Formats: sequence, C-alpha cells, structure tokens
Amino acid sequence: MRIRKYEGYAYIAPWIVGFFLFTVAPLLFAFYAGMTEWDTFNKPKFVGLDNYAALLRDEDFLKALWVTVKFAAVSVPAGIFASIVIAVMLNTKLRGISWFRTALYLPAVVSGVSVYLLWKWILDQDFGLINLLLSQVGLPKLGWLTEPSLVMPSYLMMSLWGAGGGMLTYLAGLQDIPAHLYEAAEIDGASGLQKFRHVTLPMLSPVIFYNLIMGIIGGMRKFGDAYIIGGAGNEGRFYMIYLYENAFKFFKMGYATAMAWILFVIILALTLLTFKSSSAWVYYESEVKGSKRKRGRAK
Amino acid sequence: MTGRKRQKLRRDVLLYVLLAIGSLSTVFPLLWMVSTSFKSGDVIFEIPPRLLPDGLHWENYRKALTEIDFLTLFRNSLVITVLQLMSNVFVSAFVAFGFARFHFPGRNVWFLLVLSTIMLPGEVTMIPVFIGFSEIGWINSIKPLVIPGFFGGSPVFIFLLRQFFLSIPRELEESAIIDGAGSFRIFCRICLPLSVPALMTIGILSFQGSWNDLLGPLIYLNDADKFTLPLGLSMFKGVMKVEWGPLMAGSILALVPVLAVFALAQKHFVDGFKLSGIKG
Repeated sequence: MRIRKYEGYAYIAPWIVGFFLFTVAPLLFAFYAGMTEWDTFNKPKFVGLDNYAALLRDEDFLKALWVTVKFAAVSVPAGIFASIVIAVMLNTKLRGISWFRTALYLPAVVSGVSVYLLWKWILDQDFGLINLLLSQVGLPKLGWLTEPSLVMPSYLMMSLWGAGGGMLTYLAGLQDIPAHLYEAAEIDGASGLQKFRHVTLPMLSPVIFYNLIMGIIGGMRKFGDAYIIGGAGNEGRFYMIYLYENAFKFFKMGYATAMAWILFVIILALTLLTFKSSSAWVYYESEVKGSKRKRGRAK
Repeated sequence: MTGRKRQKLRRDVLLYVLLAIGSLSTVFPLLWMVSTSFKSGDVIFEIPPRLLPDGLHWENYRKALTEIDFLTLFRNSLVITVLQLMSNVFVSAFVAFGFARFHFPGRNVWFLLVLSTIMLPGEVTMIPVFIGFSEIGWINSIKPLVIPGFFGGSPVFIFLLRQFFLSIPRELEESAIIDGAGSFRIFCRICLPLSVPALMTIGILSFQGSWNDLLGPLIYLNDADKFTLPLGLSMFKGVMKVEWGPLMAGSILALVPVLAVFALAQKHFVDGFKLSGIKG
C-alpha cells in the first residue's frame, strides 16, 4: 500500500486529542487537587498530604472501604463459582436447554436502575416477595435492608441472582475444551468430580483469571445498586457512594479526589497481585511444554 | 449397557431439576415485577402480599406515563444513548483503523497508551473532568455526556475493533488500491462493511452501557426535564410512601428497549460477552 508516512496519525488524532483532554490533563490536575482543600466556590487551598492523613482517621471512610472490600472478597469468588456451575450444567445436550440458557442469562440483559428498584421492593420488610415466601413456610419476616447485619447478605443474594449473566464466557470456554482430554481421564478411571477438578478447572483457568480481575475492579467500583438500595447502619455505603457524597453532596472536592487516588492504588495493587499469582494457577495450553522443561531442570 | 443408560437418565433428571430451580429463581423476581405492575394500589400493600395481581390494572402504566413523565425521560435517554452509540462505534472504528492498517512512527507507544487507559478507572479523572466542564459552563447539559466520546470513542472498543480489522485479509483492499482509492475510501467501502458483525456487537455493548448509566447523568444533569430514565427512576429511592405499581410499570417500560434489542440481535448480544472474554 502506497501511503504517506504519517497518514495513520490522521486516524488516531481524535483519540490523541481526547487522551490529553480527558486523561492526561485531568490526571495531572487530580494529582494537585488531591492535595488541596476545595469546596468549588472558593479557590483551592494547598494542604499537602493532609487529605490522605485525614482519610486514615475518618471512620466513615474506613467503614466504606471495609464494606467494599468485604463484599468483593465474598461476592467475586461466590459469583465465579456459581457462574461455572451454571455453565457446566448448561453445557449439555439436553432437550430444551436453550430455554434454560435464556432464562439464566436474563439478568445480564435486564439490568440498571429498574432492577435495583425491583430488588428494593423484593427486599421490603412488610410487602416484599422474600418475606412473603418466608412467611408462607412459617418463618419470621426479616429486615433485609433495615437490619445492619443482613444488608451484606442481601447484596450477596442480588449479585448471585446475576451469576447466570456471567456464565457465557465460561460456557464458551467449556466448549473449547477438547473431548480427548475427558476421554483420556475416563480411561484412567477418573470420576466426574475428578474430571471437573483436573480437566475442567485448569482448562477454564484463563477465563476464571479474566473474570476475577474484572470482578475485583467492578466490585471496588460498585455504585448504582448501592445508590438506589442503600442499607441500614451504613452497611450499604460502598466506597464509591462515599466518594460521590464527598464530592457532590459535601463539595469536598480535594478530599474526594484523594479518595479516588486511594481507590486507584487499591485496584492497581489487587490487579497486580492477581497477575502475579496467575503463574501458579492459570494454565495456558501453549505454555505447557516450557513449564515442564523448567520443572525438569529444577530437579 | 442398561446400567449406563439408567445412570444417564438419573443424571439428566437431576440436571433438569437443578436447572429448573435456577431458572425459576432467576425469572421469579422479574415475574414479581410484572405482577406488581398490574396490581391495584390497595392490593400492593395487603398483608400478606398476594402473588398474583387482582386483574390487569393498566392504570399503573398510564400513571407511569403521566406522573413519572416517562416520555420525557425516555426521549432524553434515547438522545444520549444514540449520540454515545455513534461516537463509540464510528470514532472507535476510525481510530482502530489507524492502528490496524498503518505503520507510523510511535504507533506502538500510542497503542500501549490506549491499553493503559483501559486499566485506568474513570473515577480518578471524574472530578477534574467535572470541574473542567463546570468551568466552561456545560453543567446541566448533555454536552459533557456525549462530546468526550467523539474524541476517540472508547479504548476497549478501539482495542477490540483493531483486533477485528487485523483479521481482515489485506488482499481485499489491494484491488481498491490499484483503482486508486484513498485510505478513507477503503475504510468506508471495505473495512466497515466487512466489520458489520463486530460493529453490531460493540453497538449493543455501548447501547446497554449508555441506557443504564446512572453516575454520569447524576453528576451532570440538574433539571428534571433533562433527566434520563435511570436518573428519573432513581428519584424514587428516598420517597417514603412509594407507589410501587406505577414505579414497577415504569421500570418495565424502561427495560423494553434493551429486551427488544436482545430479542432482535440475540446472537450479537451473546457475542459481545464472548468477545470481551477473549481478551482475557
């Protein structure tokens, strides 16, 4: 192709402009803003690292961080597990399986505020669906969102309801596993559970890895459902909710920017840790020869 | 042989039972939503609550259209979603074409920067960008929500489309080059038509993200007549005596476009998730 040397820049130019306007400049500014006291009405006042020091003493901040980390630590593995179980069940040639697939996939289609409102209504103490079902089998009504200790389980229930939506990547991964691996395992007399443990899980590990990273990032940034649903005792005040409140309710822009930086560092650290751990448990077929050789040499 | 058959039958029955339980618990809350939307005001607050509605009370839907001002919210959401869709699909494709088809100095460095912005959570730049827009007086308008997209689209989509363009064989373009076509014509006449499936998939991902976005409109829009559907519906979260019938009716109506897109383009919808899974 006969092209001018710099012609490609004509195509990526919009992105370069956007990159400087909406990424580089804001990042530089955020670096400064995080070290100011600023209510947007007056000029920002430089306070150095005071915001960061104040955050470490702010009980609401620590609570929001704890709630968010706790939720991610439980809901991400639980969601991955549930999605895999659903995908394995759907990866069969039963009659009518596509109906089940559509039904289980629905939470990925219907999402957003409509569904958050629905859950607020379902979890309602007096008129909600869950307490209706509980009372019909003779169990007491529970304050799912009004009893602080039940708020976390309620959020967990909501995230597990959506587990079917995450099943697709696993289903695609399962369909890529060559049949001869299972046949070989069967010849060796492996049971169903052993096949799952020693064939399915390792072969799915790249997909699990990807979903783990996305899950951690998504969990730390949780906003929409928590904003709508809330929860007693600040148990539903996730990190991003508190950041939003600081910035757009209390107009503490410097403080909120410092929170954003801490969030960024936490996400970055967790992502790097996951990447670091991946060599121990993520299995890539193309790498198997190399790693075997390495192990041989170590002996 | 018969033992094996019986074992398979037992396994199938167990699978059906488990799948039925799972599907029911997924669908049941949504049916409850539909049921609530048809209940009359008294029945909604009956103790114990009823599973089925007392007839079809369409007035909830009428109330949703009039009292929640559904149509205004719907129009506002639609305008923002369509503009974001256009920028996400076409600007991303334009930039991705630059990365996929040209060798220019610095290309790999710029592409690495695209990849690194995927990893950067938007929360870090959110406040400075907000302050920037408020300095130029764009708050309470849709400009901050739609204009950034036209500067480069979305980095994830750039990445995905670049991968797709790389898979298009170059021979297809060579005859056009011999005919003297410029690169922009090749982009429009060859690359885009061949990429329709990928563009559809990305369009659906963009559509779903924009249609459901809450944080953006929440930060930038102040007047009720500019609200989007998610923002308008979110106003009911703090109301003490919520009218759940009309609210659930409105929520269902808000889901209709997404459900319609899913029904019409199920394959692309599903591909979207597979595509975003591949990069892992």
